[in-house]
Amino acid sequence: MRLAFRIALRFLKSGKGQTVLIMLGISVGVAVQLFIGSLIQGLQINLIDTTIGNSSHITITSTSDEKTIQQWERGVYESEISHQDILYVSPAVDGSASILYDTSIDPVLIRGFNLEISNNIYQFSDNIYAGNMPQRDNDVLIGKDLSEKILAQPGDTIQLLTPLGEQHRLRVSGLFDLKVASINESWVVSDLNTAQKILDMGKQVTAIEMQVSDVFNADLIANRVAYGLSLSEVRVDNWKDQNQQLLSGLNGQSVSSYMIQVFVLVAVLLGIASVLAISVVQRSKQLGILKAMGIQDRDASLIFVFQGLLLGILGAVLGIALGFALLLMFTQFAVNPDGTPVVPIFINPSFIALSGLFAIVSAMVASLIPARLSSKLNPIEVIKNG
Amino acid sequence: MDKAITLKNINKVYGNKIKTQVLFDIDLSFEANSFNAIIGESGSGKSTLLNIIGTLDQPTSGEVYIDGFRTDTLNKVALAKLRNQTMGFIFQFHYLLPEFTAKENVLLPYQIAHYKVPKDIEAWADQLLDLVGLSKVANNLANDMSGGQQQRTAIARSLINRPKIILADEPTGNLDSDTTETVYQILREINAKYQTTFVVITHDQRIAEKTDRIIEVKDGRIHLDLRR
Repeated sequence: MRLAFRIALRFLKSGKGQTVLIMLGISVGVAVQLFIGSLIQGLQINLIDTTIGNSSHITITSTSDEKTIQQWERGVYESEISHQDILYVSPAVDGSASILYDTSIDPVLIRGFNLEISNNIYQFSDNIYAGNMPQRDNDVLIGKDLSEKILAQPGDTIQLLTPLGEQHRLRVSGLFDLKVASINESWVVSDLNTAQKILDMGKQVTAIEMQVSDVFNADLIANRVAYGLSLSEVRVDNWKDQNQQLLSGLNGQSVSSYMIQVFVLVAVLLGIASVLAISVVQRSKQLGILKAMGIQDRDASLIFVFQGLLLGILGAVLGIALGFALLLMFTQFAVNPDGTPVVPIFINPSFIALSGLFAIVSAMVASLIPARLSSKLNPIEVIKNG
Repeated sequence: MDKAITLKNINKVYGNKIKTQVLFDIDLSFEANSFNAIIGESGSGKSTLLNIIGTLDQPTSGEVYIDGFRTDTLNKVALAKLRNQTMGFIFQFHYLLPEFTAKENVLLPYQIAHYKVPKDIEAWADQLLDLVGLSKVANNLANDMSGGQQQRTAIARSLINRPKIILADEPTGNLDSDTTETVYQILREINAKYQTTFVVITHDQRIAEKTDRIIEVKDGRIHLDLRR
């Protein structure tokens, strides 16, 4: 076996041109795989993040006539303990109202949260560009678009008209920009108390919102949450059910990316197999004499399996380096006007390790064809003197 | 005298649909330590005979004994081991591995059985290279030697495992007459020094005449068997 390894090594060293050619073939395959894989993963993570990163992944709402949840503290607690992947659970009080300004009136959405927890979900504090988070009762945050429409600044007072006909005066503590026009235009964010008071809800809430660490398992986690809840007349929704189109789009993207990766690998595999098979023919006389001298068929085939293994390892290492170079170039040259990459690249070490491993395994699989040829080679066929 | 090789009633038929019989009822044995020549026209079956002795080919019927052991019933693994330990091969072409040096090539048959080369075997390889007059080019790659040097390397290689039998198929077929003479002198020297049995196929009448026994194969039968 060690002799087979040594012969394999010598064969590779002496056929430098051939070795470099195969290695380049493997490494280009690995590089393309790495590049496309990282790009698609980056694209998807970016897309998921913009779509649901700042929103509730699982939401419990009431199905009762009043649309309120009475024993929400119990609901929050039961949600928290139902699954380890649940990160944040926050009650929310939602209701519509109208904002009065100048001589106009426009609809707005009142959203009351436990701001400390909800901040983890919506990232308000990171996105406040003027003013502060609400500090007292009757403090609210409003979005960028709304503030521009009503010309409000932090410290100004706004007037809301509820559906029950009551008027409330609230102080704007800060302005946020969540990069979503519909939110920036209509949300009026306050703590629970303020919202409950405006909407005349007592101590009840309208929803329990939560984020999970594994977003793609949100549906399964939602099932567990629903199972663990003792509240009646509630419904548990999750983002996946509400974004079927996005999901099928992502799925299609993943599948096509896998297809490309698989075909690249198949092409590499065929390349290695054919070059190594030629090298068996080239060296058939030497293999014949080795067999006459008593090398076992198994060792004769191992020579080529080892060549495949060595080529695979070298090609994978080179390919990963090349892939990183490609990614680096992409992040340097394919950029937005502000200098950020068009698609943020996602470096996933286990994906990289996996594609390297895949290349090594395929190189070995490819070498099985020449290995079989070598094993079946009959010494008298090649050393016939005529 | 002991028999190194015994063939009993060997027949060899090639082909399945159209059968061509190459060897007919060959009964033949070679004494240990003897130097034998097989001559015959091309297509006479002499190479097939040598391949059957060397266990590279199987007889269609008949029995082959090497060093007293029957070989035509052994499996491939056992045959490979037998060839490695008891036989050395020299062919018309040297078939050295061009990626290895002369000395590495000489050591290959030993390394097929045991990868690690002990000191005494290394010394033995040096001694063999010295015997064939290649001490100076021992570390040259196989391709960096002349045809005669390559063939002499192949001879040294056939001896590394101290085989009882050396089978040579036109070992000087590609060499000029001076080199041919040298190579035969080496073979005879080995025969005398290490009591190795030689079976050599040759075209060269002058060479054949210097051997202990000449066997002529004609149309798959032994036509002539001359002993000195």
